[in-house]
Amino acid sequence: MSLQLNTRQVGDVTVLDASGKVTLGEGSAQFREKIKDLLNAGNKKILVNMADITYIDSSGLGELVSAFTSVANAGGAMKLLNLGKRVEDLLQITKLYTVFETFTEEPAAVRSFA
Amino acid sequence: MPEPASGHTQHADQLLDSTLESVDVGEALVLRTARDLGMDEDTQHRVGISVREALVNAVAHGNRYNVRKKVHFVVESDPETLTIRIEDEGDGFHEASVPDPTDAANIMRHSGRGLLMMRAFMDVVDYQPRVPTGTSVRMVKSLRPAEAGA
Repeated sequence: MSLQLNTRQVGDVTVLDASGKVTLGEGSAQFREKIKDLLNAGNKKILVNMADITYIDSSGLGELVSAFTSVANAGGAMKLLNLGKRVEDLLQITKLYTVFETFTEEPAAVRSFA
Repeated sequence: MPEPASGHTQHADQLLDSTLESVDVGEALVLRTARDLGMDEDTQHRVGISVREALVNAVAHGNRYNVRKKVHFVVESDPETLTIRIEDEGDGFHEASVPDPTDAANIMRHSGRGLLMMRAFMDVVDYQPRVPTGTSVRMVKSLRPAEAGA
Protein backbone atom coordinates (compact mmCIF):
# COMPACT_ATOMS: atom_id res chain seq x y z
CA MET A 1 0.00 0.00 0.00
CA SER A 2 1.38 3.42 -0.91
CA LEU A 3 1.53 6.22 1.61
CA GLN A 4 -1.70 7.88 2.74
CA LEU A 5 -1.51 11.16 4.63
CA ASN A 6 -4.46 12.79 6.40
CA THR A 7 -4.35 15.78 8.69
CA ARG A 8 -6.59 16.79 11.56
CA GLN A 9 -6.33 19.61 14.03
CA VAL A 10 -6.26 19.03 17.79
CA GLY A 11 -6.09 22.51 19.31
CA ASP A 12 -3.09 24.15 17.72
CA VAL A 13 -1.43 20.82 16.98
CA THR A 14 -1.68 19.31 13.51
CA VAL A 15 -1.89 15.54 13.68
CA LEU A 16 -0.65 13.89 10.51
CA ASP A 17 -2.11 10.39 10.30
CA ALA A 18 0.23 8.39 8.08
CA SER A 19 -0.47 4.93 6.76
CA GLY A 20 1.30 2.63 4.32
CA LYS A 21 4.89 2.68 3.13
CA VAL A 22 7.55 5.38 3.28
CA THR A 23 10.22 4.24 0.84
CA LEU A 24 12.46 5.74 -1.83
CA GLY A 25 10.48 6.89 -4.82
CA GLU A 26 7.14 6.15 -3.24
CA GLY A 27 6.18 7.69 0.08
CA SER A 28 9.30 9.73 0.71
CA ALA A 29 8.60 12.56 -1.73
CA GLN A 30 4.95 12.61 -0.74
CA PHE A 31 5.83 13.00 2.93
CA ARG A 32 8.28 15.80 2.13
CA GLU A 33 5.65 17.72 0.15
CA LYS A 34 3.08 17.32 2.90
CA ILE A 35 5.39 18.74 5.55
CA LYS A 36 6.26 21.63 3.22
CA ASP A 37 2.57 22.35 2.67
CA LEU A 38 1.84 22.28 6.39
CA LEU A 39 4.68 24.69 7.12
CA ASN A 40 3.59 27.01 4.31
CA ALA A 41 0.11 27.02 5.80
CA GLY A 42 1.58 28.09 9.15
CA ASN A 43 1.22 24.75 10.92
CA LYS A 44 4.34 24.43 13.00
CA LYS A 45 3.30 21.96 15.69
CA ILE A 46 3.19 18.66 13.89
CA LEU A 47 2.50 15.27 15.43
CA VAL A 48 3.09 12.40 13.01
CA ASN A 49 0.89 9.42 13.90
CA MET A 50 2.84 6.37 12.68
CA ALA A 51 0.34 3.76 13.90
CA ASP A 52 -0.50 2.53 10.42
CA ILE A 53 2.95 2.81 8.85
CA THR A 54 3.65 -0.70 7.60
CA TYR A 55 7.11 -0.19 6.17
CA ILE A 56 9.87 2.39 6.24
CA ASP A 57 13.33 2.15 4.66
CA SER A 58 16.46 4.26 5.12
CA SER A 59 15.14 6.79 2.64
CA GLY A 60 11.95 7.09 4.67
CA LEU A 61 13.97 7.58 7.84
CA GLY A 62 15.92 10.27 6.01
CA GLU A 63 12.68 12.03 5.17
CA LEU A 64 11.64 11.99 8.83
CA VAL A 65 14.98 13.56 9.76
CA SER A 66 14.70 16.20 7.02
CA ALA A 67 11.14 17.00 8.06
CA PHE A 68 12.21 17.33 11.67
CA THR A 69 14.91 19.80 10.61
CA SER A 70 12.58 21.78 8.34
CA VAL A 71 9.97 22.14 11.06
CA ALA A 72 12.57 23.11 13.65
CA ASN A 73 14.11 25.67 11.28
CA ALA A 74 10.65 27.18 10.85
CA GLY A 75 10.44 27.63 14.61
CA GLY A 76 8.17 24.65 15.18
CA ALA A 77 8.36 21.11 16.45
CA MET A 78 7.68 17.69 14.95
CA LYS A 79 7.08 14.68 17.18
CA LEU A 80 6.16 11.05 16.57
CA LEU A 81 3.20 9.08 17.89
CA ASN A 82 2.43 5.35 18.01
CA LEU A 83 5.57 3.83 16.55
CA GLY A 84 5.15 0.22 15.54
CA LYS A 85 7.75 -2.28 16.72
CA ARG A 86 9.56 -2.30 13.37
CA VAL A 87 9.86 1.48 13.20
CA GLU A 88 10.93 1.56 16.83
CA ASP A 89 13.62 -1.03 16.07
CA LEU A 90 14.92 1.14 13.24
CA LEU A 91 15.06 4.21 15.47
CA GLN A 92 17.07 2.16 17.99
CA ILE A 93 19.49 0.79 15.38
CA THR A 94 20.07 4.21 13.85
CA LYS A 95 20.01 6.00 17.23
CA LEU A 96 17.37 8.34 15.86
CA TYR A 97 15.52 7.81 19.13
CA THR A 98 17.95 10.46 20.40
CA VAL A 99 16.51 12.92 17.88
CA PHE A 100 12.77 12.31 17.94
CA GLU A 101 10.43 12.81 20.85
CA THR A 102 8.04 9.86 20.72
CA PHE A 103 4.72 9.15 22.40
CA THR A 104 2.33 6.25 22.80
CA GLU A 105 -0.70 8.35 23.87
CA GLU A 106 -2.07 11.13 21.70
CA PRO A 107 -3.36 13.37 24.53
CA ALA A 108 0.06 13.37 26.19
CA ALA A 109 1.71 14.05 22.86
CA VAL A 110 -0.59 16.99 22.15
CA ARG A 111 -0.07 18.44 25.63
CA SER A 112 3.71 18.26 25.16
CA PHE A 113 3.55 20.99 22.50
CA ALA A 114 2.16 23.53 25.00
CA MET B 1 14.55 -24.63 -9.70
CA PRO B 2 18.10 -25.94 -10.16
CA GLU B 3 19.65 -27.82 -7.25
CA PRO B 4 23.35 -28.43 -7.76
CA ALA B 5 25.10 -31.38 -6.17
CA SER B 6 26.50 -29.11 -3.44
CA GLY B 7 23.04 -28.99 -1.83
CA HIS B 8 22.56 -25.35 -2.71
CA THR B 9 19.25 -24.28 -4.18
CA GLN B 10 19.30 -21.36 -6.56
CA HIS B 11 16.17 -19.22 -6.25
CA ALA B 12 17.22 -16.45 -8.62
CA ASP B 13 20.06 -15.53 -10.96
CA GLN B 14 18.88 -12.46 -12.86
CA LEU B 15 20.13 -9.34 -14.55
CA LEU B 16 17.92 -6.50 -13.37
CA ASP B 17 17.50 -3.09 -14.94
CA SER B 18 18.80 -0.12 -12.96
CA THR B 19 15.35 1.04 -11.89
CA LEU B 20 13.39 1.33 -8.67
CA GLU B 21 10.97 -1.24 -10.10
CA SER B 22 13.83 -3.74 -9.97
CA VAL B 23 14.19 -3.00 -6.27
CA ASP B 24 10.56 -3.98 -5.72
CA VAL B 25 10.96 -7.11 -7.87
CA GLY B 26 14.06 -8.25 -6.02
CA GLU B 27 12.61 -7.58 -2.61
CA ALA B 28 9.40 -9.44 -3.43
CA LEU B 29 11.37 -12.44 -4.68
CA VAL B 30 13.46 -12.58 -1.51
CA LEU B 31 10.40 -12.18 0.71
CA ARG B 32 8.77 -15.16 -1.01
CA THR B 33 11.95 -17.19 -0.67
CA ALA B 34 12.38 -16.31 3.01
CA ARG B 35 8.78 -17.29 3.68
CA ASP B 36 9.16 -20.57 1.79
CA LEU B 37 12.30 -21.35 3.78
CA GLY B 38 10.31 -21.03 6.99
CA MET B 39 11.58 -17.70 8.32
CA ASP B 40 9.20 -15.95 10.72
CA GLU B 41 7.54 -12.70 9.64
CA ASP B 42 9.93 -10.38 11.48
CA THR B 43 12.94 -12.14 9.96
CA GLN B 44 11.34 -12.02 6.51
CA HIS B 45 10.91 -8.26 6.99
CA ARG B 46 14.53 -7.81 8.08
CA VAL B 47 15.87 -9.78 5.13
CA GLY B 48 13.52 -7.95 2.76
CA ILE B 49 14.52 -4.49 3.92
CA SER B 50 18.23 -5.44 3.74
CA VAL B 51 17.79 -6.52 0.14
CA ARG B 52 15.87 -3.31 -0.61
CA GLU B 53 18.72 -1.22 0.82
CA ALA B 54 21.37 -3.16 -1.10
CA LEU B 55 19.42 -2.99 -4.36
CA VAL B 56 18.82 0.75 -3.95
CA ASN B 57 22.56 1.18 -3.42
CA ALA B 58 23.28 -0.81 -6.59
CA VAL B 59 20.65 0.88 -8.75
CA ALA B 60 20.95 4.45 -7.48
CA HIS B 61 24.49 4.88 -6.15
CA GLY B 62 26.30 2.19 -8.14
CA ASN B 63 24.69 2.22 -11.57
CA ARG B 64 23.15 5.71 -11.14
CA TYR B 65 19.99 4.56 -12.92
CA ASN B 66 22.03 4.08 -16.12
CA VAL B 67 19.84 2.10 -18.53
CA ARG B 68 22.90 0.43 -20.05
CA LYS B 69 24.04 -0.96 -16.71
CA LYS B 70 22.53 -4.01 -15.04
CA VAL B 71 22.35 -5.36 -11.53
CA HIS B 72 23.25 -9.03 -11.14
CA PHE B 73 20.94 -10.49 -8.52
CA VAL B 74 21.52 -13.97 -7.10
CA VAL B 75 19.53 -15.68 -4.34
CA GLU B 76 20.48 -19.12 -3.11
CA SER B 77 20.10 -21.25 -0.03
CA ASP B 78 21.43 -24.36 1.59
CA PRO B 79 20.04 -26.13 4.64
CA GLU B 80 21.82 -23.64 6.92
CA THR B 81 21.67 -20.25 5.23
CA LEU B 82 20.01 -17.88 2.78
CA THR B 83 22.56 -15.98 0.70
CA ILE B 84 21.90 -12.96 -1.53
CA ARG B 85 24.49 -11.49 -3.88
CA ILE B 86 23.95 -8.13 -5.57
CA GLU B 87 26.46 -6.79 -8.09
CA ASP B 88 26.48 -3.43 -9.82
CA GLU B 89 28.56 -1.92 -12.60
CA GLY B 90 29.33 1.33 -10.84
CA ASP B 91 32.59 3.07 -10.00
CA GLY B 92 33.17 1.03 -6.86
CA PHE B 93 32.36 1.44 -3.21
CA HIS B 94 34.66 1.96 -0.26
CA GLU B 95 32.92 1.11 2.97
CA ALA B 96 35.42 3.15 4.96
CA SER B 97 34.21 6.25 3.14
CA VAL B 98 30.71 5.92 4.63
CA PRO B 99 30.45 8.11 7.72
CA ASP B 100 29.01 6.51 10.86
CA PRO B 101 25.36 7.63 10.69
CA THR B 102 24.94 7.18 14.44
CA ASP B 103 27.72 9.66 15.23
CA ALA B 104 26.41 12.93 16.62
CA ALA B 105 28.07 14.78 13.75
CA ASN B 106 26.10 12.75 11.18
CA ILE B 107 22.86 11.85 12.92
CA MET B 108 20.88 14.61 11.17
CA ARG B 109 22.05 13.64 7.70
CA HIS B 110 19.35 12.69 5.24
CA SER B 111 21.06 9.55 3.96
CA GLY B 112 23.70 6.98 4.85
CA ARG B 113 21.77 4.56 7.09
CA GLY B 114 21.19 1.69 4.65
CA LEU B 115 24.42 -0.18 5.32
CA LEU B 116 23.91 0.13 9.07
CA MET B 117 20.46 -1.44 8.72
CA MET B 118 21.81 -4.25 6.53
CA ARG B 119 24.49 -5.05 9.09
CA ALA B 120 21.95 -5.01 11.92
CA PHE B 121 19.53 -7.35 10.16
CA MET B 122 21.80 -9.83 8.36
CA ASP B 123 24.40 -12.20 9.84
CA VAL B 124 27.03 -11.46 7.20
CA VAL B 125 27.42 -8.43 4.92
CA ASP B 126 30.59 -8.15 2.91
CA TYR B 127 31.65 -6.09 -0.08
CA GLN B 128 34.05 -7.03 -2.84
CA PRO B 129 35.19 -5.00 -5.84
CA ARG B 130 34.23 -6.40 -9.24
CA VAL B 131 36.53 -6.61 -12.25
CA PRO B 132 36.71 -4.47 -14.32
CA THR B 133 34.35 -2.22 -12.36
CA GLY B 134 31.56 -2.31 -9.87
CA THR B 135 30.79 -3.71 -6.46
CA SER B 136 29.50 -7.04 -5.23
CA VAL B 137 27.74 -7.29 -1.89
CA ARG B 138 27.02 -10.65 -0.29
CA MET B 139 24.50 -10.95 2.53
CA VAL B 140 23.87 -14.11 4.51
CA LYS B 141 21.09 -14.95 6.95
CA SER B 142 21.07 -18.08 9.05
CA LEU B 143 18.03 -20.30 8.74
CA ARG B 144 18.45 -21.44 12.32
CA PRO B 145 16.26 -19.24 14.55
CA ALA B 146 18.59 -19.57 17.58
CA GLU B 147 21.42 -18.14 15.49
CA ALA B 148 19.31 -15.59 13.67
CA GLY B 149 20.63 -12.66 15.68
CA ALA B 150 18.73 -9.46 14.90
